[in-house]
Amino acid sequence: MDPLLELRKVTFGYGATPILEDINIHLHHGQFAALVGPSGAGKTTLLKLILGTLQPTHGEIYTHGELLRNGHAPRVGYVPQLETVDWNFPVTVEQTVWMGQIGNKNLLPWMSAKERRQVQAMLERLGIAELAQRHIRDLSGGQQQRVFLARALISKPDLLVLDEPTVGLDIQTAEMILVLLAELNRQGVTLLMTTHDLNAAAAHLPWVICLNQKVIAQGAPEAVFTEKVLSETYRGDMMVFVHNGMMFIQQKPHGHGYKDLVPEPVPGGMPHTNS
Amino acid sequence: MDILLEPFQFEFFRNGVTVSLLVGALCGLIGVYIVLRGMSYIGHGLSHAIFGGAVVSFVMAWNFYIGAGVWGFLAALLINQTVRRTRISADAAIGVITTASFAVGVALISRYRRFTRSFDAALFGNILGVTVQDVWVVAAVTLIVMLIIFLMYKQLLFTTFNAEVAQVYGVKTEWVDTLFSLALAAALIASMQILGVTLIAAALVIPAITARLMTDSFNRMVILSTMIGMITNLIGMYLSYYIDVASGATIVLVQAMVFGVSLLVSLVQKRAARRLAHTHI
Repeated sequence: MDPLLELRKVTFGYGATPILEDINIHLHHGQFAALVGPSGAGKTTLLKLILGTLQPTHGEIYTHGELLRNGHAPRVGYVPQLETVDWNFPVTVEQTVWMGQIGNKNLLPWMSAKERRQVQAMLERLGIAELAQRHIRDLSGGQQQRVFLARALISKPDLLVLDEPTVGLDIQTAEMILVLLAELNRQGVTLLMTTHDLNAAAAHLPWVICLNQKVIAQGAPEAVFTEKVLSETYRGDMMVFVHNGMMFIQQKPHGHGYKDLVPEPVPGGMPHTNS
Repeated sequence: MDILLEPFQFEFFRNGVTVSLLVGALCGLIGVYIVLRGMSYIGHGLSHAIFGGAVVSFVMAWNFYIGAGVWGFLAALLINQTVRRTRISADAAIGVITTASFAVGVALISRYRRFTRSFDAALFGNILGVTVQDVWVVAAVTLIVMLIIFLMYKQLLFTTFNAEVAQVYGVKTEWVDTLFSLALAAALIASMQILGVTLIAAALVIPAITARLMTDSFNRMVILSTMIGMITNLIGMYLSYYIDVASGATIVLVQAMVFGVSLLVSLVQKRAARRLAHTHI
């Protein structure tokens, strides 16, 4: 069976400077993959190529074995980074999710009864039904992420693309979002996300792609998250530990050690500060 | 009651009120998208560009609505394309293109001084100049613009909220922007006679930001802004008649007052809400 998405020798750059070089990636139905790499590695650019908002300078992108072009593209549900959202825009949760039904033939400027039922069902599926009439600004980070997930899912996408869905969220909320994504994946949704959280990617994702201008490695985290691959990806010394079957990744501090940062205790008094 | 009905014995007032209600609705509606796109300056700029087109139409003996309309639409398109295809920001593109267009008008006026007085109305608005033909043109423009916005409501909402994401979901954002530019240029030309070039920007922005202060819902903002535009234009027209001041100025002053009151109420409400939150802690 042809992959849902296939990038063959894709290169992209603005002017003479390449941002991505010779990218070869396959994404199959039901896959759940993360793109990892440092800032400036080209993760968001690669997402934009997949989303069709940028065109490769060289190489091709295929979907179901056919060249990606207007009229032949997978249906994509896109969840942008939360920090790109205008939180002062006057929309409620319900109206935001309704935008995902843009492909419907309803020409009226309000929700049809059927659309309202579908929006309500999607909000219930993601556990935020009671927030339908709230303004998007008045929600917690986790709830906001669920709203944009609902908007993406209601368009019944072949592929769900998420740009750093856990950035800015506390550890517990980020964990809940990743569990939710894994659950959606079990329900048959194909997912591709970018993340800076290597530990979360190692714990929750079955497939990771290390990117820094080119694909350094791709595969299961146990095979890919090695000190050699990660050091090459992040161009720094990376450490990988395994504890109770869980993988932990950390960059080696350089230039100073932990003890250099802690002030010496003052005998019999409060720790002194420089101020 | 007589105060309300007395001005209607004059044809110019009947025409003026009809046009001002239509223009109020039009500017209120379009203004929502202008304000939410952070393009408040475009109304100011584009009305000046259209002034250039109006002068050119006069010199070339073209129909005012067609000449100024095409000129305004091209200026709006040029601004859109400059922003999309270059690194020039929207405010800079508006500044260059519309001011250059206005300068064309000023240059032509200074070259042919004989028709200077004819453009006073275009600059400051004059209800005495509204003819029955103007009423029909403005009614047709209002109907067409409202129809465009009605049919493209969801696309416009999504594009205004986040154009890049809307494109991913299949919205033809370039087409949406082009149609919107056309609607905006048409709305500005329709409003010129009543409001004047120098005051249109306020009539586009004030009803929308006043409505924004009153609601967090997009649908309600659209309805409120349209209604505020109509009501303030009507009050402004009456004031213009009774205190003998240019219609554009009275309309904008009424709108500014309504905005001031709304701002005050919203600040008081916010303070009360904060106080309530503190007492609950």
